[in-house]
Amino acid sequence: MSVPRFWRKIRQRYNLEGTRCTSCGRTFYPPRSFCPDCRRAGETVPFRFRGRGEIVTFTVIRTASDAFAQQTPFVLAIIQLEEGPRVTGQVVLEDVSEARIGMRVRPVFRRIGTEGESGVIYYGTKYVPDVPYPDA
Amino acid sequence: MRDVAVIGIGCTTFGEKWGTSFRDLFLEAGALALEDANLSGEGIDALYVGNMSAGRFVEQEHIGALIADYSGMASRHIPSTRVESACCSGGLAFRQAVIAVASGLEDVVVAAGVEKMTDVETSTSVDALAAAADREWEGFVGATFPGLYAMIANDYMHRYPLTREQLAQVAVKNHYNGARNPIAQFRSEITIDTVLRSSLVADPLRLFDCSPITDGAAAVILAPLERAREFTDAPVRVLATAQASDTIALHDRRDISTLDATVVAGRRALEMARLTPSEIDLVEVHDCFTIAEICAIEDLGFCRKGEGGRLTEEGETALGGRIPVNTSGGLKACGHPVGATGIKQVCEVVQQLRGDAGRRQVEGAEIGMTHNVGGTGASVAVHILGRA
Ligand SMILES: [Zn+2]
Repeated sequence: MSVPRFWRKIRQRYNLEGTRCTSCGRTFYPPRSFCPDCRRAGETVPFRFRGRGEIVTFTVIRTASDAFAQQTPFVLAIIQLEEGPRVTGQVVLEDVSEARIGMRVRPVFRRIGTEGESGVIYYGTKYVPDVPYPDA
Repeated sequence: MRDVAVIGIGCTTFGEKWGTSFRDLFLEAGALALEDANLSGEGIDALYVGNMSAGRFVEQEHIGALIADYSGMASRHIPSTRVESACCSGGLAFRQAVIAVASGLEDVVVAAGVEKMTDVETSTSVDALAAAADREWEGFVGATFPGLYAMIANDYMHRYPLTREQLAQVAVKNHYNGARNPIAQFRSEITIDTVLRSSLVADPLRLFDCSPITDGAAAVILAPLERAREFTDAPVRVLATAQASDTIALHDRRDISTLDATVVAGRRALEMARLTPSEIDLVEVHDCFTIAEICAIEDLGFCRKGEGGRLTEEGETALGGRIPVNTSGGLKACGHPVGATGIKQVCEVVQQLRGDAGRRQVEGAEIGMTHNVGGTGASVAVHILGRA
């Protein structure tokens, strides 16, 4: 991803800043400037997510594109946030086989990937288990 | 609206075609289709071509013009339009051509699809394909295409009865069919063990759960039904064309294991053709991964949600079963040149309805369906074809 394209959304990526529709109250992360339910009747304002949630589904990525090749294997999950939306993100685990559907997670600020010959490093939100583990 | 017929089909062999360029691929498929319809290029009024990512794969855009030019149609200045909706590009090119003929605006129209994927390294093609998902909020955090479908598989297996062996049986069946299709990329049969012993790509999906990277092109020619017999003794009628969309990102879907766009497009197509799923004799579904075929046969209404694994295990989707699925070998064994896949599906159904499918023929096939998906289900095209 190009540097301007990344920086344009840096606040949203670093701080889990999405949007909220003032008309129906629905929250959006990733941010949307247009509420699909209210359409033109709604107005969206910034909304900061705490980002706690649980794993809805996940996979262990064994083969990745170049930007992520050095991180394999890693857990990729869809996370149901307590505050409404679902997001896709990596879950950082000591052992990838520990990932479970229903596992509680919380957000952390981490390096996401390295790109291109310039080695530009991108940061953003990953997730870690929010102890206690459901089956511990 | 006028009734529309397919009057000619052509398809290259699918595979890693090192000696064949993007232009050669298209020309070969186009020439085969023209020959099949007893046409010269003179009679063509318009061209629609499905192509996902020539810009990434061969660093060439402006595909509509390029193809019209190299097909010798630039001197006649016919309209030529590229259609893009990721892996659904071919299905939508077909639909645009059907609409053009049905409207009465154009008479004899080519719908084609082409993708040349093996000129770049695998990591580049993996990244190009990831552009079919949400680059900023899926790809950015490390999502790959197999990874997204693996998350569908994991969600599905958590909620419905589906064994790893049943999932593997999808690939086994499609390789069996591919072994009987002269154009297929993989023409060898495999066993459940072949799948289960292949390397993990994204848990629980293994290498043999995934469709390959493929070069290939396909073309069909459409005409008003009332004129079809000028060109062919075996016209095939387009009974329905339908298309639906959904959220670009998998995480925003209503239900991760149900492709709502498939449900809606399938229902619209059946309503248009005034048919029920039990009246369909065969279906080509978008099995980019084994789990995708399980979801597709359920979402199109061939069985209830959660029954796809059992249906597959019991052989109901195999040749000779209640509803043969992917007689071509599907994306899994026939190959998946992304922009061409939707057109190849039409070619397969037409061959079946003509009774020309050889060792993979579905006896007495009269009505067939095609189902083409873009991304993880953000675009779906469904078509129903019948003997005219
Ligand atoms: Zn709203």
